[in-house]
Amino acid sequence: MDFDLTDEQVMIRDLARDFARNEIAPRAEYYDHHAEFPYDVIAKLAELGFMGLPVPEAYGGAGADTLTYAVAVEEISRGDASVGITMAAHTSLGIMPFLMFGSEDQKQEYVPPLAAGQALWSFGLTEPQAGSDAGATRTRADLHSGFWVINGVKSFITNSGTRISGGVTITAVTGGSVGDREISNIIVPAGTPGYTVSREYDKMGWRASDTHELAFADARVPEINLLGERGAGFHQFLRVLDGGRISVAALSVGLAQACYDASARYAEERVQFGRPIAQFETVRNKLVDMATNIELARLMTYRAAWLKDRGRDFRMSAAMAKLFAGEVATRAANDAVQIHGGYGVMEEFPVARYWRDCKIGEIGEGTNEVQRMVIGRLLGL
Amino acid sequence: MNIVVCVKQVPETTAPKEFGPDNRINRAAHEAVVNPFDEYAIEAGLQLKEKHGGEVTILTMGPSGAQDTMRKALAMGADRGLLVSDPALEGSDTWTTAYVLAQALRREEYDLILTGMESTDARTGLVPAALAEQLGLPSLTYASSVEVEDGNVSVRRQVTGGYEEVRGPTPALVSVVKGVNEPRYPSLKGIMAAKRKEITVLDLAQLEIQPDEVGAAGAKTKVLDVTPRPEKQAGQVISPDSPEEAARIIADFLQVNKFI
Ligand SMILES: Cc1cc2nc3c(=O)[nH]c(=O)nc-3n(C[C@H](O)[C@H](O)[C@H](O)COP(=O)(O)OP(=O)(O)OC[C@H]3O[C@@H](n4cnc5c(N)ncnc54)[C@H](O)[C@@H]3O)c2cc1C
Repeated sequence: MDFDLTDEQVMIRDLARDFARNEIAPRAEYYDHHAEFPYDVIAKLAELGFMGLPVPEAYGGAGADTLTYAVAVEEISRGDASVGITMAAHTSLGIMPFLMFGSEDQKQEYVPPLAAGQALWSFGLTEPQAGSDAGATRTRADLHSGFWVINGVKSFITNSGTRISGGVTITAVTGGSVGDREISNIIVPAGTPGYTVSREYDKMGWRASDTHELAFADARVPEINLLGERGAGFHQFLRVLDGGRISVAALSVGLAQACYDASARYAEERVQFGRPIAQFETVRNKLVDMATNIELARLMTYRAAWLKDRGRDFRMSAAMAKLFAGEVATRAANDAVQIHGGYGVMEEFPVARYWRDCKIGEIGEGTNEVQRMVIGRLLGL
Repeated sequence: MNIVVCVKQVPETTAPKEFGPDNRINRAAHEAVVNPFDEYAIEAGLQLKEKHGGEVTILTMGPSGAQDTMRKALAMGADRGLLVSDPALEGSDTWTTAYVLAQALRREEYDLILTGMESTDARTGLVPAALAEQLGLPSLTYASSVEVEDGNVSVRRQVTGGYEEVRGPTPALVSVVKGVNEPRYPSLKGIMAAKRKEITVLDLAQLEIQPDEVGAAGAKTKVLDVTPRPEKQAGQVISPDSPEEAARIIADFLQVNKFI
C-alpha cells in the first residue's frame, strides 16, 4: 500500500491550498452574504486549469487522475464550499457525461471550452416530482421531424443560470409506456428557444453557488443532441452520480477540515477560567474526534478515487465516502459552532457559514438515505 | 535573453525554527519551500522572458531534495534547473555559497542573474552582492523594478524619501525586493510540464571545487550562538478619564520612546 501522493499531486494540492487560502477564503464571506456568484474566483481557477482537471489533454483539460481531482476539490472547498461545488458540479456532472457517453464530435464540440472554464455546464436530473426517485422524471422529449421537442421542469440545477452557463444535459422521457419508460439524456445549449432559466433559489448554504429552476416549453434541439444511446439515460445518470459522489465527498472533507482549522485556532486563542479553552478536555476531545473523523473520511474518499483510477468497481466506496464525509462535515460544523460559543452564531466568524454549508453535502447528489439504499443494495442486503 | 534565477530552498517560513547543537537550523524538522523572496525573482525572470524571449534557468545550491522546490519554479514557467549538491557543502556561509554559485555560473551563458533580496532562514542578504563581486559583474541590488534594453539593465531602488534609478551593462546581477511584482501561481499545465523539464545535478568535482574550500571548512564566518526571541511582555492597560488625557498619554509615550 502506498499512501503517498505523487510529487505532482503534492504540487497540485499545494497550489489548490495556497489559492484557496489567498484568493478564495478572503472573499467567501462577501459572496456568501450577497449570494453572489464568484465570477472573478472562477475565472482565476479556470486560468490555472482547475475547471477541467480530470479531462484528457486532447480535450483541453489538465489530464489529471480522479485522486488529484478529489484532492483539489477538497482544498478548494476548504476555502469555500460554494466554489468547491461550482467546480465539482461543472466537472463531474457537467463535463463527465460528454466524456463518458458522447460521440467524438460531441466531445470535440462541447468539452474544450468547458475544460478551459470559459463556460459552465449543468446536469439536470431533479424535478419537482422526481428527487431521490430520479427515474420518475416527467420531462418529455419527443422526436418530431429531426428535432427533440422538450417539455417539463427541472429543479435545483447547479451552474445553470450564470453569465457563463453554456447549457444543460437533461434526462427526459423519450418514449416507452408507463412502467417501462424510456429515458434518454439530451443536450440543451443555453439560448435554445423554449428553454428558460427561471427562478434562482434563495439557499441557506452554498449561497455563492448558482442554483436555478429550469423550464422547457416546446424547447427544440436537433436530433443529434441525444447524448449516448437512446433509452440508456437511466443507466447513464446512475453512472454519472457514482463518479460525482467522490467529488461531493471531497468537498465535505474540505469543509470539515475548514471547521477544524477554525476551531483549533479559536480554542488556542480563547481564554476562559484563566486558560485557553483548548486545555479543557471536553473541548479538546471535540477537536480530537473531529480530526480523527476527517482523517477517516479523507482516506475513504481517496480510496474511492484510487479505485476509479484503476478501473475497478468504486461504486460502494464512493457511496460510503460520500455518506460518511457528509455526516462528518455536519458534525464538525456543529462542534465548530459549539467551540466558538456565541461567536459561532455570528456571521463574522466563518463557522456560521460552514454550519449552513455542510448540510447540503448530506442531500445533493443523493441524500444520506439514498446512499444507504445504494450501499445496502451493493452489499446484497 | 538568457536569465539565471538563483533560488534557495528554505524551511517553511511560518513555523518557529529549531536549531541543532552546531547552531544551524534543523532543516529536516520543517517542510521545505521556495524562499518566498525568490518567488519575486522568478516572476521577474519570467516576465523578462515573455518580453524579450530566451531561457530562464533556475540555479540552486542545496540538498538533493531541493529538486522538489525547484520543480515549483519550473512549474511557474522556468525552462531548466541546475542544482549544485554535495555533502561537503553543508555548513557553507554566505561567501562560500556565493563562491559555489559563481563556479556554477561560469559554465553558463547568461545576460542577467536574478536573486531575491534575502532568504527567510538566514536573512543576511549578502549572497547577491558577494556573487556579483566574485563574477566581476555590476550588482544592482534591492530593485523594485527591472527593465532590460539595448544591453543595459535599469532598476529602481527605494531610498529614503524617493527612489534611485540605477543602470548597468549586462551581464549583470539584480536582486529584487518583495513587491517588485506579484508572483504567479503555477498552472496545472505548468505543473504537468515541469515533470518533463530537466534538472541537472552538479557536484563539487564537476565545478572544480575542493571540498575544503566550501562547507563549514571553507566558511569565513561561524554562528556562535542562537538566542530565542524574548517572550512578548504583557501590554500596559491605561484607563484615562477623558479623550484629552488619552491623547496626552499617547503623545507622551510616543515622544519618550522617540517615535516622534
Ligand atoms: C444546492 C443544491 C444543488 C443541487 N444541484 C443539482 C443539480 O445540479 N442537478 C440535479 O439534477 N439535482 C440537483 N440537486 C437536487 C438534489 O440531488 C436533490 O435535492 C436530492 O436528490 C433529493 O431530492 P429531493 O430534494 O426531491 O428530496 P426527496 O427525494 O423528496 O427526499 C425527501 C426526504 O425523503 C427521503 N427519502 C426519499 N426517498 C426515500 C427512500 N426510498 N427511502 C428512504 N428515504 C427516502 C430523502 O432521503 C429525504 O430525506 C441539488 C440540490 C441542492 C439542494
